[in-house]
Amino acid sequence: MIDVIKPKVSHLPPRIERMNPISFTLTFGVAAFVIWSLTTAGPSVEQLARGLPNIGNILSRMFPPDLERIDRILWSLFQTFQMAIAGCAIGLILSVPLGILAAEGLSPHPAIRTAARSLIAVFRTVPDLVWALIFVIAVGLGSPAGVLAIAIDVMGFAARFFAEAMEETDKGPREALSALGANKLGMIMSAVLPAALPSMIATSLYCLEKATRASVVLGLVGAGGIGVELKVAFDLFAYQTAATIILVILMLVIAVEQTGGWLRRKII
Amino acid sequence: MSVTALEKIAPDGAVTPTGTGAAVVSVRGLSKQFGAGPMVMAGLDLDIQHGSKVAIIGANGTGKSTLIRMLVRLVEPGGGDIRLLGEDIRRLGAPGLKRLRSRVGFVFQRHNLVTRLSALTNVVHGVQSRMSGPRSWTQLLAPREVRAEAMHCLERVGLADKAMARVDTLSGGQSQRVAVARMLMQRPELVIADEPDASLDPKSGEEVMATLAALASEQNATLIFVSHRMEHAIRFSERIVGLGGGRVALDQPSHMVSEAELMRFFHHD
Ligand SMILES: Nc1ncnc2c1ncn2[C@@H]1O[C@H](COP(=O)(O)OP(=O)(O)OP(=O)(O)O)[C@@H](O)[C@H]1O
Ligand SMILES: [Mg+2]
Repeated sequence: MIDVIKPKVSHLPPRIERMNPISFTLTFGVAAFVIWSLTTAGPSVEQLARGLPNIGNILSRMFPPDLERIDRILWSLFQTFQMAIAGCAIGLILSVPLGILAAEGLSPHPAIRTAARSLIAVFRTVPDLVWALIFVIAVGLGSPAGVLAIAIDVMGFAARFFAEAMEETDKGPREALSALGANKLGMIMSAVLPAALPSMIATSLYCLEKATRASVVLGLVGAGGIGVELKVAFDLFAYQTAATIILVILMLVIAVEQTGGWLRRKII
Repeated sequence: MSVTALEKIAPDGAVTPTGTGAAVVSVRGLSKQFGAGPMVMAGLDLDIQHGSKVAIIGANGTGKSTLIRMLVRLVEPGGGDIRLLGEDIRRLGAPGLKRLRSRVGFVFQRHNLVTRLSALTNVVHGVQSRMSGPRSWTQLLAPREVRAEAMHCLERVGLADKAMARVDTLSGGQSQRVAVARMLMQRPELVIADEPDASLDPKSGEEVMATLAALASEQNATLIFVSHRMEHAIRFSERIVGLGGGRVALDQPSHMVSEAELMRFFHHD
């Protein structure tokens, strides 16, 4: 029944296919640009030779960490974590409607969907420190600016993933609800959100990790949190205090990441 | 099957004791083509009287699902006219279409429930045909009467004891019965089912079909169902409509045909 296919005599292909002139030029151009960037922006051998011992010097001056002001540092760390929690809460809550507006099939109109997607893209592409600078100018120095910056940063991430999680939910229950005459909001609330919930919780936990990492550096631009303590310690050459601050930050970030990872594994 | 039930499908559309004799479904010259594909429907005419039970059969791809989905505009009809429950479905705007859909209970081949939620919440969702807002989203927030009615619907499909069970813990047959209960919550005048027995084992499939047929009779609702199981088509309907070539190619009272005859319908091309 089935024709036996006769093997054709084939010859080995060359190791490298001949490049066409355009891709050859492009490859060459990119390589040249990388080398140029390395020579102009990268550290020179001489700088490296001077810099590495300096790092060693700073590290040695950090030791032993100064625990004298540990209570103040821990309190500041706690406030930093609260900033992360508050920013995350605002960002996640707003991400739900924004995600719905950005989700295919749920958004009321394609134009609204495009607008929501663009807004999310702006939130995501502008770095959190830039948002912090903007909010410091808008609402003044301190943690409110940091909370707002975190909220925006979280929205840039969470709204996009919420939208994807909702788009990926089973179309069957949605169709069943629209077939029985339910309105769109009812369909979203009863069929889409419940189904997307596990994935949305996983995203939220990841956002909390991200927000915690962000919250510790926002202080560098005056947006509240422990970052400002770190900056002051470095400015005063109090390297042993700085070491303590860096260690407690490390502990917080690791603790949040571990807890978040564990919770996510439990949910999925 | 009672004699009166058979009278309902008399070819001249005789007035029945239960209905007004008005056609619940009236399709004229229906055509449909997906994109540049072949004609799925080519001038199909079909009338279905109030209170009757009609089985739709036909080979894979003959357009059974497309036909019944077009009735409630889950698929947009091509050419021709469709009147459903006295409404010209093409003329309906969004609110009118919603109102019409709320009167039609649709059961799918897959149960299409939200599996992470309880059976009761899924049945409560059925109330969205006449009610909106948070009270219709979950049994947790539903008013007392709605919860009671949902429980009653679950009782009628024999699943009251599973009310609080998550759907993903139920069997396929039980899930399909929950879907029937959600449909009952609509208090539909017309029930349309697309192969409700297809993904179920013979016993569960038969139970679901029997439940649908019994409930439709009880409610005096019209039942239209698609099935590939000829014994179901014969047993649970009064009239069998076979699709072929985009038209009605067979239209017989169920008691006049045998399974063997129906099988022949699938074999001649
Ligand atoms: N959304 C769609 N887009 C394109 N073609 C479609 C679409 N829906 C159905 N079709 C085509 O229309 C034809 C009829 O499909 P339909 O699902 O109505 O058949 P069916 O009789 O229900 O078949 P089955 O017995 O397999 O359920 C098929 O050829 C199918 O490929
Ligand atoms: Mg089908």
